[in-house]
Amino acid sequence: MPLWLWIVVILVALLLLGAVLIYNRLVALRARVNNGWSQIDVQLRRRYDLIPNLVTTVQGYASHEREVFENVTQARTRAIDANAVPDQADAENQVTRGLRQLMAVAENYPELKANENFLALQEELTGTESKIAFARQFYNDQVMRLNTLIGSFPSNVIANTFGFQTREFFDIEDPVRAPSEVEFPG
Amino acid sequence: MYEQIASNKRKTFLLIFGAIVLLGAVGYVLGLFYASGVIGLVGAVALALVLSLVSFFSGDRIVLASTRAKEVTPQEQPRLHNIVEGLSIAAGIPEPRVYLVPEQAPNAFATGRNPEHSSIAVTQGLLDTMNRVELEGVIGHELSHVVDRDILVGTIVATLIGAVVLISEFFMRSWWWGGFRGRRGGDGGGGGAEAIVFAFGLVLLVLAPIIGSIVQLAVSRQREYLADAQGAMLTRYPPGLASALRKISASSGIPMRSANNATAHLWLSQPSRIQGEGMGPLEKLFSTHPPIEERIRRLEEM
Repeated sequence: MPLWLWIVVILVALLLLGAVLIYNRLVALRARVNNGWSQIDVQLRRRYDLIPNLVTTVQGYASHEREVFENVTQARTRAIDANAVPDQADAENQVTRGLRQLMAVAENYPELKANENFLALQEELTGTESKIAFARQFYNDQVMRLNTLIGSFPSNVIANTFGFQTREFFDIEDPVRAPSEVEFPG
Repeated sequence: MYEQIASNKRKTFLLIFGAIVLLGAVGYVLGLFYASGVIGLVGAVALALVLSLVSFFSGDRIVLASTRAKEVTPQEQPRLHNIVEGLSIAAGIPEPRVYLVPEQAPNAFATGRNPEHSSIAVTQGLLDTMNRVELEGVIGHELSHVVDRDILVGTIVATLIGAVVLISEFFMRSWWWGGFRGRRGGDGGGGGAEAIVFAFGLVLLVLAPIIGSIVQLAVSRQREYLADAQGAMLTRYPPGLASALRKISASSGIPMRSANNATAHLWLSQPSRIQGEGMGPLEKLFSTHPPIEERIRRLEEM
């Protein structure tokens, strides 16, 4: 075989190897993004499950704050029905605001704040909200890596050939992460 | 960060390889004195393999037992579990098992062989003195050790270096008491070359444990900085860990009963056993952790 043919063969082999590596990376990142999203989903569901309990407990002490209870319950229903990523984020922000109101109401009832059941629910809520924030952090990190890879050369060629698509960031308000905000005792 | 993990895996491999070479050299020299170098070499490498396997599969249990750590459920420690689970999600690893160590000094460590088989242990003192943000900082640091597989290096290297120390000491003692009669009686007419090998071997035996520990300690210190930085990346709030370290530094007077030299490098901050312990230059060379003030300074610069 002449020399130039050898060079062509080696070049093609190198290109193929590069393509395979990029493809595998894309697949791994896509799996991580999906995994990140399902983590967010798990934590959001946990929060939905907490809301009825929390509402019932607070109701036992502050039954006349009907508007607050309705707000949070409605927001919950809307969030459960949401589908696309931006809709979901919007609905979750409503839930967060409703919960913030609910906890603010609870602040006014010393006996409620001493209730053991309520304290346990409060820790669950704080824990779940920080898990939502951490899950979002992981998801957004992976989305950024995937989108960067899909957008940059030469990986965009592979991504377009095999139909990899950029994903949307999950942008919600941070409920508990900023330490300047009210820190739940615990 | 993923690139850093890959480079960490390479360093891990090198470190373990280096420890095995050191152990093999010690075995070879020992063999020279008693029977043949090859037997010593083979024996030492076999020992290294067995020890590595044992520490790979049950090192975490040994470490946990030696610190008298007890596993806690989410029901017993909801706050701690919530924090560990949350940060595991942020790091993209399964939640490690959570242990509580009955000690009043605030401290923590991680152990295990990979993210799927890992444990995090914190002391009662840590739970009592830290608020949520500080706890997150500490757990973030420990989880970074899990992600980087420092925990595996920690356990395996500790075992291998421990074996080097043990063999060298055993040899030094038996030589001190018995001499190597068998060898000296066997061929009395050993030449100058043999004397040089003997002298060289002796030096190696004396230095091996020291070299081993210094290398291990230097690596351990570097990894602490890395884990601090990565932990802060997980929590996105470096002041949390900085504040936790400050509290730990303030309470360094509280001694830890269950800490010893074998497990010192595993803890978040070097456990103190003597009150008012100061650090001289020699102690710095032999300390498993960088000075707390330096760690706080780096965190504040982030």
